[in-house]
Amino acid sequence: MEHTFTDQNFQKEVLESEIPVFVDFWAPWCGPCRLMGPVIEQLADELDGSKIKIGKCNVDDNAAMAMKFGIMSIPTMLVFKGGQVAETMVGAVQKDALKAKLEKHF
Amino acid sequence: MDIRNVIIIGSGPAGWTAAIYAARADLKPLIFEGNEPGGQLMTTTDVENFPGFVNGVMGPELMGVMRDQAKRFQTEIISAHVTSVDFSQQPLKVTVGEKDYFAKSVIISTGATARRLGLESEKQLYGKGVSACATCDGFFFKGKKVIIVGGGDSAMEEAMFLTRFAEVTIVHRRDAFRASKIMQERVMANPKITIIWNSAVDEILGVDVGHVTGVRLKDTVTGETREMAIDGVFASIGHEPNVSLFKDVLDLDEKGYLKTVPGTSKTNIPGVFAAGDVQDSHYRQAITAAGSGCMAALDAEKYLAGL
Ligand SMILES: Cc1cc2nc3c(=O)[nH]c(=O)nc-3n(C[C@H](O)[C@H](O)[C@H](O)COP(=O)(O)OP(=O)(O)OC[C@H]3O[C@@H](n4cnc5c(N)ncnc54)[C@H](O)[C@@H]3O)c2cc1C
Repeated sequence: MEHTFTDQNFQKEVLESEIPVFVDFWAPWCGPCRLMGPVIEQLADELDGSKIKIGKCNVDDNAAMAMKFGIMSIPTMLVFKGGQVAETMVGAVQKDALKAKLEKHF
Repeated sequence: MDIRNVIIIGSGPAGWTAAIYAARADLKPLIFEGNEPGGQLMTTTDVENFPGFVNGVMGPELMGVMRDQAKRFQTEIISAHVTSVDFSQQPLKVTVGEKDYFAKSVIISTGATARRLGLESEKQLYGKGVSACATCDGFFFKGKKVIIVGGGDSAMEEAMFLTRFAEVTIVHRRDAFRASKIMQERVMANPKITIIWNSAVDEILGVDVGHVTGVRLKDTVTGETREMAIDGVFASIGHEPNVSLFKDVLDLDEKGYLKTVPGTSKTNIPGVFAAGDVQDSHYRQAITAAGSGCMAALDAEKYLAGL
């Protein structure tokens, strides 16, 4: 299942998560982001939810988190482990490549 | 060995149109989407000039429906980037990593990619103030200072777009723009845009702190350099055709685009056709790419019928 991260729930859902968390920072006006949308939805369904949490954070509605993590290009995708950024990806990526990257964090 | 009728490389308007035509001709095409599925239009918002959409259409939406249409006629789609080709014999060979695919004909529609400044600092600060997409990233520069490098229509367009958010400076290597008169006039009349002529970006500053803090500009006439504090760098300095796979294989024209026999999509190798921006240094529009994709599918169909 895909999660929705916000300024309000980011601390609890992402930074204090027991398992790695993948966050896609996106916005509706960004073409490459919309391309990633369905890919991320699919991965959220395909990957084991007990090993990694997958979700999106809309930068338009959640400016504080985008600012906090220095997001200046979207899509930027971050993997958090133990409250720290463990991996950064900027720009759209292909599903298979992204899947392989995420599986490494299990 | 599984030998297909036609393999299409690239999934922009040219690739999808070729797929639709080839599939409807019952050629069971296989298309490789590449690293940028949907091609250049995925990076834009409104496309106002593609016929059939009275109120315009979003680039990604247009590419989505083209894909759906190709799929509806049983186009086989593989989401992978072709890593090499061997056109020295029949069947033609197209390779993705370790895996080879064979076909009697190939349509190349690998399009074009935005040119980069080519600086190491540009690579390191990508996503940290260096952006490849004004419409995506303008938002992050609210109340900040950005430069845009370039002198063509798209540089003007992006500069105007960025004024919604930021204070914009256009940096151009020459003392006049190449852009159309109307776009130039709009830019010159815009109080939020400053222009620096005869200058090129020599270095992007901020690698040490992890985000863009400025640029070092070099005067293209005197060679003098100076530093300027800014927060963002956008480059709009044209496009390069994606021909690296074909450099020693197919003929290129003097501008480095794939060469086709005028009025056709034929390359110098029988059975290999080219469509879209990869073979068109002149028009470079979605509709012309789509039109030439149609030509390539029809040329391939005729070629296959003659085998
Ligand atoms: C910001 C922007 C706005 C634009 N706005 C308009 C507009 O409003 N109207 C208009 O008509 N045109 C517009 N254009 C131009 C238009 O996008 C192009 O003319 C058109 O997309 C060209 O289509 P194409 O099919 O030739 O290639 P592209 O769209 O460039 O697609 C190339 C495809 O090839 C694939 N590819 C490349 N290498 C490989 C490989 N080795 N293996 C497999 N696949 C590969 C890529 O993944 C991609 O899918 C715009 C362009 C940009 C950048």
